[in-house]
Amino acid sequence: MTTDTLNRAERSRSLFRFAAPQVFYPIAGRLAPWFAGIAAVLTVVGLYIGFFVAPTDFQQGEVYRVIFIHVPAAWMSMLIYLVMAFWAAVGLVMNTRLSFMMSQALAPTGAMFCFVALWTGALWGKPTWGTYWVWDARLTSQLLLLFLYLGFIALTRAIEDSRRADRAGAIIALVGAINVPIIYFSVQWWNTLHQGASVSLTKAPSMATTMLSGMLIMALAAWAYTFAVAFWRVRSLILERERHTDWVGAELEAEAKRQ
Amino acid sequence: MKPRSKRLILLGSAVALLVGAVALVLTAFQQNLVFFHTPTEVAAGKAPVERVFRIGGLVEEGSIARNDDGYTVRFAITDTAQVIPVTYRGSLPSMFQEGKGAVVQGKLTSDGLFVATEVLAKHDENYMPVEAQYALDKAHQANQTVQY
Repeated sequence: MTTDTLNRAERSRSLFRFAAPQVFYPIAGRLAPWFAGIAAVLTVVGLYIGFFVAPTDFQQGEVYRVIFIHVPAAWMSMLIYLVMAFWAAVGLVMNTRLSFMMSQALAPTGAMFCFVALWTGALWGKPTWGTYWVWDARLTSQLLLLFLYLGFIALTRAIEDSRRADRAGAIIALVGAINVPIIYFSVQWWNTLHQGASVSLTKAPSMATTMLSGMLIMALAAWAYTFAVAFWRVRSLILERERHTDWVGAELEAEAKRQ
Repeated sequence: MKPRSKRLILLGSAVALLVGAVALVLTAFQQNLVFFHTPTEVAAGKAPVERVFRIGGLVEEGSIARNDDGYTVRFAITDTAQVIPVTYRGSLPSMFQEGKGAVVQGKLTSDGLFVATEVLAKHDENYMPVEAQYALDKAHQANQTVQY
């Protein structure tokens, strides 16, 4: 064996080390509070900028301030679904149990953000467009995303055998991921009532700087929140699934002693 | 080949096939996925006849007029190439303004008048402070004064 292949084997083994539930469990537990703290600080700063510092919009007045919640929630709802699909694919290919658990730990948070995006969007639509809801391509595909999340959660919870539940959920996650680019590009591909993207990688943002910074800080807060909640949830999933193992018993005893 | 690589190839081809299928379906239903037609499409006869559909565009400057009953409003929707006259009875969204976007739903009569049953305002993706818009307007005015 040459040194090169040896190094590669070593490196992949070290990465796989984190895929072991008993290794990841304490790491997630140590990281989660930090992310929760970051999320809390960023939310306070972001909302303060959004509601007190950012100027009134020339066109929509004060009602535009809903973007400080609406846009980060909508971004996060799409991103989380892609991350779920990624972990589902890794789980199917590599046969790693933790990947499926990560996928399922993310789903309720994604569904929550998706619902928040739809709800705040409806409240925004009434004073600006004159309606809570229309069946245009953007709104309809985002509603489909909520149903995909709920379907994923329902299916993975409905199947008793966790290995079969993992596989069934992974299929929904992968198939549904096709909807995410459709949501994102819907405003470009078809005429929609929903306006186009104000912030994208291909052009300069069409937003005043303070408004943009408030929105981006809220987006980072949503990221940090997602990390924290997903880590806590994956810990519960690990405990539930590994409850018959020795290390969970030892871990729980140690935790009980600490309290 | 390792079973892992086999699974990766299988998964990759399944996803690729699915993406292809969805792309075909979306292309086939292109017409139904469009929320509104543009005035140019309507003028070219591409809009549905004798059926409710939507037209989207800008409310033409100086086109809004109210009938004596104070309830019926007439205006024109334009994409700067074609103009479609619209009549509508009902209340308008507060963001409905001349020179701004709107989507109207209704039927086209044989004489080319669009009878709307619903009017929605469509705003764009630009956000800026009121002061910036004021400065832009002033600069625009100054420019026009120079030209005259």
